[in-house]
Amino acid sequence: MDALAHGDWIIGLGALLVAMIRAATPLALAAIGELVAEKSGVLNLGVEGMMLVGAVAAFATMVASGSLPLAVLAAMLAAMLMALLFGVLTLTLMANQVATGLALTIFGVGLSAFIGKGFIGIPIDGLAPLSVPGLTDIPLLGPVLFGQDVLVYASLALTLAVSLVLYRTRAGLIIRAVGENHAAAHAIGYPVIGIRYLCVLFGGAMAGLAGAYLSLVYTPMWVETMTSGRGWIALALVVFATWKPGRVLLGAYLFGGVTIIQFHAQGAGLAVSPHVLSMLPYLATILVLVLISRDSVKIRLNAPACLGKVFRSET
Amino acid sequence: MRTLIRSGGPVLSRRSLAAGAAAGTLLAASGLSADRARAADPLKVGFVYVGPVGDYGWSYQHDQGRLALEADLGDAISTTYVESVPEGADAERVVAQLASGGHGLIFATSFGFMNATLKVAKSFPDVVFEHCTGYKRADNVATYAARFYEGRYVIGVIAGLMTKTNVIGYVGAVPIPEVVRGINAFTQGLRSVNPEATVKVIWVNSWYDPGKEREAAETLVAQGADVLSQHTDSPAPVQVAAEKGLYAFGQATDMSAFGPEAHLTAIVDDWRGYYIERTRAVLDGTWTSGDTWGGLASGMVAISDYNTALPDTVVAAAEAARTGIETGTLHPLAGPLTDQAGTERVAEGEAPDDGALLSMDWFVEGVQGQAPR
Repeated sequence: MDALAHGDWIIGLGALLVAMIRAATPLALAAIGELVAEKSGVLNLGVEGMMLVGAVAAFATMVASGSLPLAVLAAMLAAMLMALLFGVLTLTLMANQVATGLALTIFGVGLSAFIGKGFIGIPIDGLAPLSVPGLTDIPLLGPVLFGQDVLVYASLALTLAVSLVLYRTRAGLIIRAVGENHAAAHAIGYPVIGIRYLCVLFGGAMAGLAGAYLSLVYTPMWVETMTSGRGWIALALVVFATWKPGRVLLGAYLFGGVTIIQFHAQGAGLAVSPHVLSMLPYLATILVLVLISRDSVKIRLNAPACLGKVFRSET
Repeated sequence: MRTLIRSGGPVLSRRSLAAGAAAGTLLAASGLSADRARAADPLKVGFVYVGPVGDYGWSYQHDQGRLALEADLGDAISTTYVESVPEGADAERVVAQLASGGHGLIFATSFGFMNATLKVAKSFPDVVFEHCTGYKRADNVATYAARFYEGRYVIGVIAGLMTKTNVIGYVGAVPIPEVVRGINAFTQGLRSVNPEATVKVIWVNSWYDPGKEREAAETLVAQGADVLSQHTDSPAPVQVAAEKGLYAFGQATDMSAFGPEAHLTAIVDDWRGYYIERTRAVLDGTWTSGDTWGGLASGMVAISDYNTALPDTVVAAAEAARTGIETGTLHPLAGPLTDQAGTERVAEGEAPDDGALLSMDWFVEGVQGQAPR
């Protein structure tokens, strides 16, 4: 580190922050969607599968049409179809949510590989980061605040929107009511199943967006199972954040951050085993989980009481 | 367990019997059941891959070998593959399933399949197994691997002549001797033409995670690297180099599509020749167990087309290194070799033998980063 001049150090820190945010964005997008589904009482373990289908749909559409907005839209629609399938099975046919979610992931892995067969090894022009003349060039803050790609800003806006809707609007109150006590919500006259369908579909759309981020922005390519477990991390993030949108974002940055910092530490020649370094994100999760869990009331207040429970309207 | 019942069943082919006989395990049984075999049955060849065939890297290249085998031997064989097989208990189940499903020859293409393959091979003495990158053999289990480090020396020479910052970034997968040896050979090639240059290594602890590979590559660039090399499977580092206007080398397969200007060349795994040769041997009944460690000379390791932007002098230097290695006048890890602490590990005029190469766990001078512990 001594060899680096002061200016290089600032640039290095800027690059580190940009990378952290970039690594965190797909996690945040998928986790925010899952959070809404879980708030309405539906546990969808199929995030990884929906992300993969979104990623391949985005890539295929990009290759076919060359239009980024169209590709992003296709990703969201394709993942919503997956979510719809999940909804039909668990909400209408009342299948077990855990088993169906796992099956959805396995199905998504296979389906995306099948669709993607012809797209391996094809290059595309990915979505480039923004560049605001004058602003992006400000040291440190410029690239972090003004040099990201559109989807990074979208993830921030969507987190804010979800937080506002869930906690400041009547619609959010209804969603939470359905997740807390579906029988009571039903008795008042809310269409429990319909609301849950909408929330599950929103979760699908966000997972699709996260997948599109991977195959269009993060690493503009299609390779099988390219999500590499990020869907599962997103699921863990929701619990980690105790179902709070703001904390989901924080958790995503923490996860992304530790991954990136361990690379920088390795590059700087810090004498720590790479195995220990790559354990850090998971260690951090466990640590935070333990800290949060000390306050059991808080968890109970935030965890939707009807999470994963099947709703039958006659009961 | 001698699986005579299964051997005499409808799935058996004469050729798999020949293979068994060649392995010296089923001589007595072959006469008994040969007349039950249908002469027209093709030899069933099974492949077990650790990754998806669509990884555009390691498993993809093995599958290219499988396809070449089908094209070359046509009706004499039929092939099956199982992809994304985890290196654990599942591997044994998959290999056993292929063996009991009438496959006469099975290629297990990842290091972690070693014990599973040997265990299954014991139960199926009439089936021939080929295990990639392993070191345990049996009468019906041969091993094969490629000397990728030879190719890495050649690209090291190119890197040494193309770098301006004298820092080369190297994205490593997992700190095992295979990868360490490659980094050392690369560094020796690099410093043979540019003694000032150093190699910065970052481990991603995964063979295949495009996101992490990208971030590791970005980190290396942020820390001054202007040429990237990788020992991971996705083209993500090549993309990073293309984005930043820097240079990179492809891994396992030609990745120039992901950065036509950045991609200088690639070390290509070419299993086609070996798979055809070994399958022919099984068909002819001449197959025997053994170990094959082929390099540039055998064609198992190939250097893909050079980037047209490479100056002629650089191409000439790379070709000289390649020819030297092919003809045996140049050993990529010839002494004197000193480790990072400055201790001499290999004396001048000597070269590490295969045993030393296979257990290499120290970095040569010029590598920044941690050798495995």
